Amino acid sequence: MNSPSQKQQVHQLNAQRLLCPIPVIRTQDKIKTLNKGDLLEVLCTDPGTLQDIPTWCRINGHHVVDTQQEDRLIKIIIKVGQIAP
Amino acid sequence: MPSSQIEQRKAVALISGGLDSMLAAKVIKDQGVHVEGINFYTGFCVEGHTHAIRKKDKRKEKRNNALWTAEQLGIKLHIIDISEQYKDIVINPKHGYGQNLNPCLDCKIFMVNQAQAWAWMEENDFDFIITGEVVGQRPKSQRADTMPIIAKESGAEDRLLRPLCAKNLPPTLPEREGWVDRERLYDFHGRNRKPQIELAHQLGFDDFAQPAGGCCFLTDESYSRKLADLWQARGERRYELDDILLLKIGRHIRPNERFKIMVSREEGENNFLEGYRKEFTNIRILSHPGPLALVDGTPNDEDLALAARIVARYSQGRAEDTVEVQIDKMDGEVRLLQIAPLLADDIPKAWFI
Ligand code: SF4
Repeated sequence: MNSPSQKQQVHQLNAQRLLCPIPVIRTQDKIKTLNKGDLLEVLCTDPGTLQDIPTWCRINGHHVVDTQQEDRLIKIIIKVGQIAP
Repeated sequence: MPSSQIEQRKAVALISGGLDSMLAAKVIKDQGVHVEGINFYTGFCVEGHTHAIRKKDKRKEKRNNALWTAEQLGIKLHIIDISEQYKDIVINPKHGYGQNLNPCLDCKIFMVNQAQAWAWMEENDFDFIITGEVVGQRPKSQRADTMPIIAKESGAEDRLLRPLCAKNLPPTLPEREGWVDRERLYDFHGRNRKPQIELAHQLGFDDFAQPAGGCCFLTDESYSRKLADLWQARGERRYELDDILLLKIGRHIRPNERFKIMVSREEGENNFLEGYRKEFTNIRILSHPGPLALVDGTPNDEDLALAARIVARYSQGRAEDTVEVQIDKMDGEVRLLQIAPLLADDIPKAWFI
């Protein structure tokens, strides 16, 4: 567990210009390398990711903690849940 | 009988996003088997891509059917990118194509192989594979006579269970071992989809993806035509992922064998093509609102002028005597031209791919 003073590292994934389901696949593959509780920020431009990444997270036990959209840039922040054994 | 089994069996279900794979997974899950789904991304999948591109499609629900199916079933879904390896299937299908450039039989063999590889990779944590195939139903891989080929060639043999038509086939390992109850599987056959629809309602699914038809663009006639044109123009059967994505976008017009143009039809496509401006010679109309067009091939100067006139035809300056056009060539040269837009009748139908 992180102590409150420890600033949690936010991992990054650039999925701009990629079309669904590739951003989902990249998210999935990146999360495999992370640990439970880690934060991952995914940058996308395909509006389909607004639906697909949260759905993928719900199915696989991860949590979308924030979604931001500015012009065509979409930022989705995910908190990693249980990693499959 | 199953009481002696403490260990819960695990099955991996091929989830296409269609109704049949959803039912197959559900039927097995309801028998107490642990089911997880896999979905293969071939590059030609109907989901995803297109919905994000065209503005006019934006109002439509943008769900990815495979993800949606998994959520309905309450199972995990692993999406696997097989687009690189898949090229060989599309380019050289051992068992040939279906009605269009859809290599369904080879595709299924490949996917089952992949599923098996995946199960193996998961350190044999999974016991068998489930697919939603039904004997005697399209696509080609679902015909009775081709069923054994898939099981045999894929190496999955005995561990490939097709719950919707299992009763028409010899019992597989999961049935013989009692991991699943054969009596509670089905004997669907033929093209009549009524039994599937009935089963769907029985299982409580009221909303499901398109019942029949292709799970990929290769079953689409106009798409296959564009792919065949691409191969012919290049003189070889080869493609990159970007090529096959671009075949889904815009109007594709080929005035001669040297070049074709891809003209956006609306803002969404325009934005998408913008992303490729550095990789293609491209044409824009400066004097009027209009589309962006990418030029593929090796056009000469005359060809480029013709291309510009075609693009101008789709701009708001189409009724003007001349419009101003900018051509950004691949070699960095920028050309500004005053050209007369072609009239609709000046573009032969045969040019549209
Ligand atoms: S329709 Fe496409 S994805 Fe489906 S089996 Fe045929 S080739 Fe494969």
